[in-house]
Amino acid sequence: MGRFMLLRLRHGLVVVLGVTVVVFVVTRMIGDPVSLMLPMEATPEQRAAFEHQLGFDRPIPVQFASFMADLVTLDFGNSLWQRRPAMDIVYETLPLTLYLVGVALGLAVLVAVPLGVIAALRPGSIVDRLTVFLSLLGLSIPQFWLGLLLIMLFAVSLGWFDHAGNFRADSIVLPAVTLALPALTRLVMVVRSQMIDELNAQYVKTSRAKGMPFLRIVGLHAMRNAAVPVLTLIAWEFIRALAGYTVVVEKVFAWPGLGLAAIQAIERQDLILLQAIVFTVAVMVVAINLAVDVAYKAIDPRIKLD
Amino acid sequence: MSTGSIDASGPGHAAVAAEVDQRGPAAVLGPGAYRGRPHEMFSALRGMGRELWQDKAGFAGLVILVLLALMAIFAPWIAPYDPGKGDLFAKLDPPVWQEGGSWDHILGTDHLGYDVLSRLIHGARVSLTVGVSVVLLAGGFGVFMGLLAGYRGGRTDAFIMRWIDTQIAFPGLLLALLILAVVGPSMITVIIVLAINGWMVYGRMTRGIVLSVRQLPYVEAAEMVGCSGPRVVFRHILPNLTSPLLTLAILEFARIILAEAALSFLGLGVQFPETSWGLDVARGETLMAVAWWPITIPGVAIAVTVLAVNMLASWARITSDPQEREKRFARQLAAREKRRERRERRLGVRPAGVRP
Repeated sequence: MGRFMLLRLRHGLVVVLGVTVVVFVVTRMIGDPVSLMLPMEATPEQRAAFEHQLGFDRPIPVQFASFMADLVTLDFGNSLWQRRPAMDIVYETLPLTLYLVGVALGLAVLVAVPLGVIAALRPGSIVDRLTVFLSLLGLSIPQFWLGLLLIMLFAVSLGWFDHAGNFRADSIVLPAVTLALPALTRLVMVVRSQMIDELNAQYVKTSRAKGMPFLRIVGLHAMRNAAVPVLTLIAWEFIRALAGYTVVVEKVFAWPGLGLAAIQAIERQDLILLQAIVFTVAVMVVAINLAVDVAYKAIDPRIKLD
Repeated sequence: MSTGSIDASGPGHAAVAAEVDQRGPAAVLGPGAYRGRPHEMFSALRGMGRELWQDKAGFAGLVILVLLALMAIFAPWIAPYDPGKGDLFAKLDPPVWQEGGSWDHILGTDHLGYDVLSRLIHGARVSLTVGVSVVLLAGGFGVFMGLLAGYRGGRTDAFIMRWIDTQIAFPGLLLALLILAVVGPSMITVIIVLAINGWMVYGRMTRGIVLSVRQLPYVEAAEMVGCSGPRVVFRHILPNLTSPLLTLAILEFARIILAEAALSFLGLGVQFPETSWGLDVARGETLMAVAWWPITIPGVAIAVTVLAVNMLASWARITSDPQEREKRFARQLAAREKRRERRERRLGVRPAGVRP
């Protein structure tokens, strides 16, 4: 276990290091941050002063060293747009994104599992085919467009829910539904196919032969056996949502989370805030991956100590 | 060349090969066998076409895609107006079937008088170009790396797999946004960024298949006969990848179209006055309270396109997986049997449930 943890930890560090190198190369070497961040009419003197203030006039290796030192101390400097530490903005917006992702995934699981199981009970039936088709449809609808349609229908026309920001208790409803849909459709597919496989297994036939009620077989045996791949997918959906896939939904609903902060940082050419966000997300993704690996190891002893 | 790809070694190999050369593979190896000649490929394709026709959803998907491709290719001739020019005398015209609409602008116009239908037709170009280029770029690179890793093994394999693992754990979308923000948004940058983000799946899958295939006797035989490395890889191993790769490519195509639309929606893809469905949805967002068509119609176009690709992909997935194929075949058989039974019961040919 210790060796396994150590290996995974090392891999995680490699990932974080890779992300920081990419961020550094993209922002300092490919792009020209000063001309991105300053207005067009800045004089050469102003440019030089600004470069000096940000430390961009130093040699690249020195810049990289100080960049890494900043990362270790979690001090990225002040956001150019809000003129306060970038990490403060991250700390403020991150909980709102976690809240949104949590509600959305909870919703997806609550809907997807019963739907997938019901579809799997009679593969090829009308209910099953309808479920498969609706999942395909759900997978095909662009998320931002779905969000806008929901706003048009439920917020503007019917006025049932709030649609912008996080000011009321019901503000979460529409963004969570929008964020849940693709995850939900993928979950339905996996639950369905896993359950079909399990229900065709020998042990189900044995249980039926000895007279066990069918629903009891489904609930007690088949669903349990189908659970591992489904849990994998749920963990994966969580990571995916955190790794930037809330950006679109947060933008559509003006949900003041990390994704919206990222988009605003891009719109305002605030590379410092953007760096802080990308780094935070990378660390989070690595940490969750690590937690999932360890959880697996604990649940299923068959998984090899790679 | 027709003998080159018959790798089933065993007694009578030479005799079979000679016979195939004389009479063609269909006569010797059964219908649908493809051994490298153009007319033989057509017969294999015909077999696939027949199977696709059986799956109505997959067939519909293919038809929609072909129509879209034609629409994209002939866009300048089909589109009634220039998509990059607005008509300020026709602002916010509704579609033809709605009160106040006219045949001048069948799907209406937006707040600057841009014809929605013309932008829709031209938008297909961007979606399909980005989709095809990204699949080709990412697929080509990924398959190459996968073949390299799987065939060379050892350090090469370890290095490539480590690279893939690391990049998969990246927050890809955020890095894409960062690159687009720094380099500047355009269709080319979108293609490059999406390709950089998407090659890993191909690499992983290719490597897995290469590893499972390369121990088969026929690959060993080819190596022993003295085939060069590239020849073994491309001539003997690569054909095994065709159907799983095709399925993956179709699925990725759907994902890429959605990604391009999302990036353009966020303002980091194609820029106005050029057209892209995602961009047009973003432009319609401001009109949401006054007009439903500028936002709804491009969105429907994206959804229909992606749905068509997904329907084709789910057919391809089942067809390329022998296990799934068997299940499907059994289901079809059972359904046919059931229908026959029901019909016979209705006609009173013989009592239900009694078989001769």
